[in-house]
This record gives sequence, C-alpha cells and structure tokens, in this order.
Amino acid sequence: MSSVSDWEAPNPVKDNRGGLIGKGVDRYEGPLKVTGTAPYAYEVQPPSPPAYGVMVGAAIARGRITAVDIAAAEASPGVLLAWTHMNAPAQPPRGTKGHPRSTQGSKPALESDRVAYFGQPVAFVVADTLENAVAASHLIRLSYAAEGHDVAFHERLDAAGQPPGEQDVEIGDFDAGFAASEVRLDETWTTPLQNHCQMEPCASLAWWEGPDRCVAHTSVQMVKPAQHGLAETLGIGRDDVHLLTRYIGGGFGGKGQTYDDLTLAALAARALGRPVKVAFTRQQMMHGTIHRPATVQRVRLGAGRDGRLNAMSMMTWTHCHRDGAFTEHASNFARSLYAAPNRLTGHRLVKLDLPHAGAMRAPGEASGTLSLECAMDELAEQLGLDPVELRIRNEPEVDPENGRPFSQRQLVRCLREGAQLFGWDRRLPTPGQVRDGRWLVGLGMAAAIRGNFLLPAKCSFSVDADGVITVRQGMTDIGTGTYTVLAQIAAETLGVPLGQVKVEIGDSELPPAPGSGGQFGAATAGSAALMAGMNLRRAIADLATGDPGSPLHAGDPGDVTFQDGVVAIENRSETLSDLIRRAAPEGLTVEGEIRPAQDAQKWSQQTYGAHYCEVGVDPVTGEVRVRRMLGVFAAGRIINAKTARSQLTGGMIWGVGSALHEGNPVDPRYGSLVNQDLAQYVLPVQADIGELDAIMLDEVDDKANPMGIKGVGELGNSGAGAAVANAVYNACGVRVRDYPITPDRLLAGLIAKGM
Amino acid sequence: MRPFTYERAASAAAAVEAAQAPGARFIAGGTNLLDLMKLDIEAPAHLIDVGRLPMAGIEATDEGGLRIGAMATNTAVASDPLVRARFPMLSEAIVAGGSPQLRNKARVGGNLLQRTRCAYFYDPTKPCNKRQPGSGCGALEGLNRNAAIFGASPSCVATHPSDMAVALTALDARVETLTAGGGARSIPVADLHRAPGDTPHLETALDDGELITAVVVPPAPTGGQAYRKVRDRASYAGGLASVAVAGGRLALGMVALKPWRATAAEAALVDGADPAEAIGRELAGASPLGRNDFKVPLVARLAVATMAEARAAANGGGQG
Amino acid sequence: MRINITANGEARSLDLDPRTTLLDALREHLKLTGSKKGCDHGQCGACTVLANGTRINACLSLAVMHDGDEVTTIEGLGSPETLHPMQQAFLTHDAFQCGYCTPGQICSAVAMLAEFEAGAPSPETPRGAAPTLSDAEIRERMSGNICRCSAYPQIVAAIRDAAEGRA
Repeated sequence: MSSVSDWEAPNPVKDNRGGLIGKGVDRYEGPLKVTGTAPYAYEVQPPSPPAYGVMVGAAIARGRITAVDIAAAEASPGVLLAWTHMNAPAQPPRGTKGHPRSTQGSKPALESDRVAYFGQPVAFVVADTLENAVAASHLIRLSYAAEGHDVAFHERLDAAGQPPGEQDVEIGDFDAGFAASEVRLDETWTTPLQNHCQMEPCASLAWWEGPDRCVAHTSVQMVKPAQHGLAETLGIGRDDVHLLTRYIGGGFGGKGQTYDDLTLAALAARALGRPVKVAFTRQQMMHGTIHRPATVQRVRLGAGRDGRLNAMSMMTWTHCHRDGAFTEHASNFARSLYAAPNRLTGHRLVKLDLPHAGAMRAPGEASGTLSLECAMDELAEQLGLDPVELRIRNEPEVDPENGRPFSQRQLVRCLREGAQLFGWDRRLPTPGQVRDGRWLVGLGMAAAIRGNFLLPAKCSFSVDADGVITVRQGMTDIGTGTYTVLAQIAAETLGVPLGQVKVEIGDSELPPAPGSGGQFGAATAGSAALMAGMNLRRAIADLATGDPGSPLHAGDPGDVTFQDGVVAIENRSETLSDLIRRAAPEGLTVEGEIRPAQDAQKWSQQTYGAHYCEVGVDPVTGEVRVRRMLGVFAAGRIINAKTARSQLTGGMIWGVGSALHEGNPVDPRYGSLVNQDLAQYVLPVQADIGELDAIMLDEVDDKANPMGIKGVGELGNSGAGAAVANAVYNACGVRVRDYPITPDRLLAGLIAKGM
Repeated sequence: MRPFTYERAASAAAAVEAAQAPGARFIAGGTNLLDLMKLDIEAPAHLIDVGRLPMAGIEATDEGGLRIGAMATNTAVASDPLVRARFPMLSEAIVAGGSPQLRNKARVGGNLLQRTRCAYFYDPTKPCNKRQPGSGCGALEGLNRNAAIFGASPSCVATHPSDMAVALTALDARVETLTAGGGARSIPVADLHRAPGDTPHLETALDDGELITAVVVPPAPTGGQAYRKVRDRASYAGGLASVAVAGGRLALGMVALKPWRATAAEAALVDGADPAEAIGRELAGASPLGRNDFKVPLVARLAVATMAEARAAANGGGQG
Repeated sequence: MRINITANGEARSLDLDPRTTLLDALREHLKLTGSKKGCDHGQCGACTVLANGTRINACLSLAVMHDGDEVTTIEGLGSPETLHPMQQAFLTHDAFQCGYCTPGQICSAVAMLAEFEAGAPSPETPRGAAPTLSDAEIRERMSGNICRCSAYPQIVAAIRDAAEGRA
C-alpha cells in the first residue's frame, strides 16, 4: 500500500525543468473545437447510414401504463420499429450483474408498465430519418392508471428521515452552547431544484460488429461504468462493448451516468442490424436526466461579542427519488470550515416521485454555502464586524470536526488578498448607501471550500519511432482541460515539446480511469499519467544505456536526462526519435498507476477560496446586475493557468446563476417540473456577467498526490452565490433567503422596507 | 413535425389564395411557428412561405409616420434610421426582445402574431384551452408567476410575449392586411388581439388566410418616448412586465393576452393626475392570481420610472 | 423537395423532406456537424450560422426556406490548420470549455461585428447614437449564445482581440 511519503521524492512535474507545468497553454483539442471538427457522440460518422431513434416520455408522475397503441406510429412513413414495454427486447432486471467485476448493473429501458417519474422514457420509435421518427413519436398513444404521486417537498419535511447509514454529527453540546451564546442567529434558507443544462443534450450512437460486439459512442463522464452497464443490459461480455466518449458537450455531474438513449440505441441497432442514434430533446433532458434536488437549510450560529463562534449548526432537508438514495450533502462542508466548540450537522431526506436527484457541480457545497456563507454575513452585521474579519476570527488550526491537520489551508490568505485586490475597504457596512444612476450598489463576499479527492487510475504511455509520446487513458474531458493537462504532464515528463505529444482518451479499451467528477479528474488522471511517464522514462533510459549503438551506452540509467526531445548523459546525447528508431523501431509502451495513499486520511484535504462581488440593484424593479466579481483560490499546484482559471470563472458564474436565476419549480398537481426548456429555465447569459476574474495562489499540497495538485472544477462554484446574495443585501438592505433572488422576491423586500 | 407541403408564395395575392387550402399557414421568419410545430402544438398541413415577398420596406408616410412592410425583420426595423429618429422607443422595444439571431429572422407581421410562452401551453401533457379547447387551464391554479393581471378569463390567464407590439400599441399603430377575398383591411394593433374569454384558441381579429402586409405608425405624439422591460435575466428572456410610453400614451406588456393599452391611466393623466396616481388607476382594474401579485407593484413602479424617462427624453435628456 | 444552397462556398443540391430544418440539413445531410443542436428551439444559439451573411438560429429555419441562399457554418470560417482570426482568438483566450456552444459563439461573434459596423443598435446603444464597441455592447450582442461552461469573460476578451485585429 502506498503512503503520502512515497510522493515526497522529486519527479519531473515538481522539477518542471521544461516550464510546462503551470503554463497557460492553449487547449490541446482547441483547434478542433473552434472549427467545429471535434465530433460529439451524435456526430460520429458510423460505418453505414444511421437510423434515427426518438424517445417518448411518460405524461404522469407515478402509475402504470394500461394500454399502448403503436399502430399508427408503426404505419407512419419510414418507421423501422416502435417499442413500448409491451414489445421491447427482454433485458436483465435493473441492477443485475452477470460479470463478476462489473462496476454497474443492468440499466434496462422500457422494462415494465411502471411509471416512476414524469418524463420517464416509455416509448421509442426508430425511423429512416429524424423527421419521420419525430412525426411517428407524436402518434404513439399510451393510456395510464395514475397512482397518487408525492412531490411536495416542502410539505413533507416532517416525513424526512436520516439518509441511509448516516447520523447527525454533534461535537460538544450544540444546544447548550447555542443557548449560552451572547449573539445568536437562527435562519432558514431554501434552494430550488436545478437542472444541469449541459449544452449538449445526452446522445448515443451504436452499431454492432457481429452478433456479440457493440460499438457505442455516447456522452458520459465515466467510461467504465457506462461500458459495464451497457454490457450487462445487452447481456454480452464487458469487453464486448466498445464505448467511446471522445468529446462531451458539458457534464457537470449530469452525465456521470448513462441514460436510456444509450440502451435504446444499442438495442435498436442490434434489432435492425444498422447503426442507430438517439438524442434527448432539450425538453426531455429536464425530467429524463438527474437534477440537483431542492434543499431547506437551517443554520444556527452562536457567537461571543468578540465574534468567535461558540456553537454552529447546519441541518439540511433534501429529496431524492422514491427508488433512489442520493443525498445532497449540503451540510458536510460546514464540518470543516469554521472553528466552534459546539457543532451539530446533519441531513434529512424525503423520498418523492420526482425524477432522480443526483450530483451537480459541487454537490453539497454549491447549495450549502448559499446558506452558511450568508449566515456569516448576517452574523457579522449583528456583531458590527467586517465579514472578512469574522471569518478570520473563526479560522481553525486543525480540522474542527476530526482534529486532523490540514494538508494545506490558505483560506485566510485568499480572504486577505481578495479583499485587497477587490477594494473591499470601499464597502460601507450599512446597506443602501451607494447609488450609481438607477442602481444601488453593494459589495459582498463569501468563503469557498471544496474537498479534494484522489481515486485509483491507470494510464499508458507510448513512444514511437518519431519520438512522439502518446498518452492513452480511459479518461474523459468534459471541458475541464483533461486533454491539455495530460499533454503537459507527458511533455514535461519526457522532455519533449507539446507538439510531440498525442492524447487519446474517452475509450473503454484504454487503461481505466475514473472519469470526470468531484473535481478529482486532473489529480487522478494526471497522477496516473505521471506514473506512466516516469515508467517510460525508465524504459527509455534502460534502452539507451543498454544499446551499444547509443552514445548513452553503458551509462547509469539514473543519470539520463530528457530535454527538448533529446536524451542525454552529460554531453553524450541523441534524439529520442533516433534512439527509438534504432533500438526499438516498434516503439515502447508502458503503463503506470496511481492509488490513494492509505494514510492520506490523516490530513484534512480541501481546496479554498474567497469570492468578492459587486452588484447593482434597481430598487424600483428588483433587478440585480453583477457588475464585478473576483475569486481568489488556493488549490494546490496548478498545471494549466489558463484552463484552471476558466474552470474557476465558470464555477463562479454558476454561483451567479444559483443566486439570481436558476430554479425549476414543481407543479404538485402533475408531479412535473414547470421549466422544460432553455427559454423557461433561466441560465445566466453573457449580459448577466460583468467583469469577472479568478486568481490562483501559489500552493503545493504534497499530501494530495505526487504532483501536489488539487481540483478546481467545483471550487469556483462553492460560495460564489453567497457572495452575490451578500452583495445584494449590502446594496439595498433586503435579505432574500429563498433562492433564486428574482426581481419579484427582491421587490417584495424592497416594498416592505418602504423603498 | 407532422408532414406538410411547402410552397414559396410568388405574390401576396397568390399567398392569400393558397391559404384557402385546409390546414394552410403562412410562414415568414418561422421562429415561433417552427418552435411550436416541433412540439406538435402546431401541425399545419401546408406552409406558404411569404418571407421573400417584397413587403420589407420601411417608408416615411406623408403624414410624418412610417409604413413598415410586414416582412421587414425585427433587426431591420430596429436599425432603421427613420425608426430610430422618429420612434426610438420602437427600436428599443424590439431590441429588448429575443436575441440578435432571432431578431434577424423574425418579421414584423409574425412578431405581432406570436403565441403565448405560457409553460402550460408549451407542455402538451398539460391542460390548455388555447392549445386544446375545452381541456382546461393548467396555469389558472398552477405556477402562474408570469400570468396575466388584466383581461384574463378562467379559460386562459396567459400573456402575450411581444415587446414590439407593446410599443406599437402605445404608438397607435395599425396593421394593414390582405384578406382572403383580396380586399384590404386596416386594424389598430390595439384591436388585433382578442381577449381570451372562453375561446382563448381564437387569438386575433384576423380571418383565416388573412395576411398582414404592413404596419402603419402615425406621427409620434408630442412628448417623449421610453420603453422599459423587467425580466429574470439581463437579456434574451421574456419579460415579467414592460411599459411603453409615447407622449401621454401608455401600453403595458406581459400583463395580458394582448399588449395592454392603459386607457384608464391615460385618462387620469389627461385629468392632471401624477404618474403614480395615473398608473394606480389602471392597476385598480388588475386581477392578479396570487403568484403574480407582484406584477401590480412592479408595473406601478416601472410605469412611473418609464414615464419619467420619457419626460427626460422629451427634454433632451436622452435615455435614462 | 430539391433545394440548392451554397454551403461554405460550395454549391450543394439536396433532396429534402420539407420538415428538415436548416440545422439538420447541415448536420445530417451535408455532414457539417460543426453547427450544434443545443435546444432545437432558438433558445441557446449553439446552431448559429450565417445565412447570406446574417446570423440566424439554423434550428428555427426550414432548409427549404433557404433555397438559393449562401450559408456559412463554422467549417467555412477556418480549419484547424488555418484558423479564422475569431477562432484563433477563442483558442488564445480559452473562450470555451466543452466546446459545444463554441461554433455558434464564433459564427455569432463574426456576424455581430458586422452588425456593429453596420450601426445596428442594441439595448446598450444610447438613443440616437452610433454604437461603440464597449464590453457591455459585446455582452449584450452575444447574449443569444448561452455557454453553460460559462466562458463569458473569456469570450468577451476573445471578441475584443479579434475586433481590434490582435488575434
């Protein structure tokens, strides 16, 4: 088993002799993306013309399909097949695992007459053209016996239970500590259900190579589970599914799993003997894929007049599907953020007949910081303290819950540098004092925190006779920059220019990696790449020093240096391509592997940041505009300054959306979401975002992985919305604790204040 | 989309004649019709493309107004120097709607005939008297935050989404049409849309196969002009409410199934009421449903602010 | 129905179902898959192409409505080897992440600059004045292209560079 001490030795990434680590190089796949030549799943050209599949969603939230009429659809021009549960191919029951090492069970589609949520795919049509398939899908007639559905989250809070296997965490005596505190705050916030709204709707294209081998292109964040799940569903061997996901039009957690588009494309391709492609419509995405569930969050803070927290509690109520177990752990981050001797945190889960809840960018923190980081703002006001100072006064020396030392914690530095760069000293503590034309202007801030994770992963490195290094990994790039950071690590490790590196990912036949999620991607995939790269260095060094034809012959392999495509021992050198062409003309391929260190849990590992925001509030209409926003972050060594910044600014804008725009209300009568497209579901657009930037502090976290890097994909989202909400309060003196802060909600507060 | 046949009309006369075919519909920009056809909410059997008819000109009228061809794109109207000079509020209302891409396609005639964006109209699994007469109104007791506060009925509480139509209503514009019989009509924009009553599926005063050929805007009234819209994000979004002011004339958007001419407010202004009092008199007739109660104070405040902007513009202060 | 369009400078003749949208004609018939289907209802801008030089949502147009038109897609602006200045600016500024909205953003940006040059007003344009290319103008004029990865600040920087001839 490995230990973090194994990671202490120097390595090429730490040495960074070529200077590629940290450099903001352009995206590896960028030229393809900016020219529209990167093929996403639906755009891959199959070996023969594809047929087009279209899904039909259930019109009720819970019940049974009592009758189906597909005759008109089947008779419609160009239709090749029409399926419901009555005639769909038999598939193993949900969750069945045939292969002993499958990571996923069967995911059958159209498996029964049961409707478990509104929009659940319940019928499927394939035709020769998309137009014919869509037209036929409108002809499917289904009759339902609706059963009472239960979707009213806020009315069911009393029925909430502990999430499976969890209990509340109490340190000290919260009730006593809270009661004894000089200054107390007890408020409740709500956050709405949110949809991922990746720009690329989920899509799959499948064809068969012989009776037992399926090739499937899909849009998914994790390769192996997708491959295994499809194989189980199809009843073929794991390795008989070749699953590819080379370009992914956004994931954000919502493509952490596959959906019925993949199952149905593969089944129909088998039935028809031709490629079939299936895409969700935008409307279908809202119900047919997972969502971030709504929450109710009660925060209680008790402090002394000096601003030191004596008691802190955060309880979250949330919901998941009746058959699911996902919990939005919005209270978890509170266990590590601020010192307080008396602490109580926990979660309550309500099971509902809504579609499946699941992970969405910064699950937990994204929702949870919207309450706690506003509560801190409110407490600061009660205390007459600056909100930055309040946070600094409650900075813990060790993890306040488990007593572990922090591997790195630069929260205070983020707070201070952000305050200075942003001009926080210009903030007036009394709200409503600054006017610019029709706008009242306010400043707000919040802290950011998000965990750091490392998962097991493998990677292979090859060198060919041209000296080109090829990185191969069953990893994904959902826009996060994976292609690019792998290329940088490879080039730095082997001492070759970036142009001499190829990266192949998104393929189930490549060495397995966990995929993109939980902001563990770069650290996990990159560490495996570093290991593979170091193994290739050793193999090349052995080759050179063992080859009588090499100028390096008989040297010590440990002395071989790699720079500018040249291998050398002091002044003896040759190019990498000369060496390989001569000594290993078929090239060399090696693998590398990373595993979490068994002792990593001895440290509390997080990424941190501070958000500063300036908004304008129109006190007449309740409109809010983000004028300026700055995030300062500390997240270990940064591999690519450009793509990391983009991840962080993107996350911050997600925070803006959470604070001001996004949410999908549930109509309890129908058990469905009201906003079913991108006109109704309000995402931030370009005009909503003013000047916005992210800065990364120097940091190396040597407890995180051999490179000392951490993730940034979710950190930017954590706390960002709270900074916006706090700025809104500072602008106009109105607290809206029900997100999003839409004009109507803010207007009610403005009117109540006589404004 | 259901199967349909398609023809490109050679002339306006040919278009209205072709429109006699059962299930025929005109299409020009197509931004709303195709949106609805994809959802099977509209299913025409025959499309008559009138988009290239030579009816896109924008000309000054002898009276000092404008005649805008029905096929002019929203962008063309908003960018037209005459429009910007004489009716700046019309230009500003147009660019407050949709996106540049949509405005480049959308035409003046079609813009006026846009159908509601009510979420229950757009979801074919929900009752909607407008989409399916007699099925009920999902919005009446639903999540109707953006529902009408004026002129609604138990059958339909939807709103009309157009920004441009609100401006044209305040400007006393009229549409010119070519009727199925080849005759011409002139209809005030304010009378173009029907109140929902118990037949919300019947949306306009146009007869079957009647084609809007132009919009005629009379000379601008004295006094300033202004248009303001409040929405859930800064751009590319339908409104929660809008206000168009042209001199002493006032129209409200997204508060009714038609652009709402605030005649009570106008009368109050004539009687010497101040802006707040005047709009208050209009809003005394509002019937909010609960979730859209906020529209009453929002319109009240927005109208006062917009009237102030119009006054400032009249005094040479430009846009607020 | 048979239609003729000039796609990226190349005359193409297609026999299409009248229901085929311009977007599906490009993607499924001409294999020009650079134009993306994000919402298929004109609500995201990922399908933005230039029709006779004007940016439109290709998803809300029937292909038959474009008989005789010149259509330019992202593929017609440049190739990976010879990037259009706007494409280069997007690359340099990392004005994209997942890349799915990117072709639409770039087509939109190119046309936006032309609209701006022609003096078309936006809500940011002062009454009676010609527009100036402020960041606020760029943001407003690019609001018809949603980027869920939220590369908005980078997109503004890229467009500014391209507009000023720095890309």
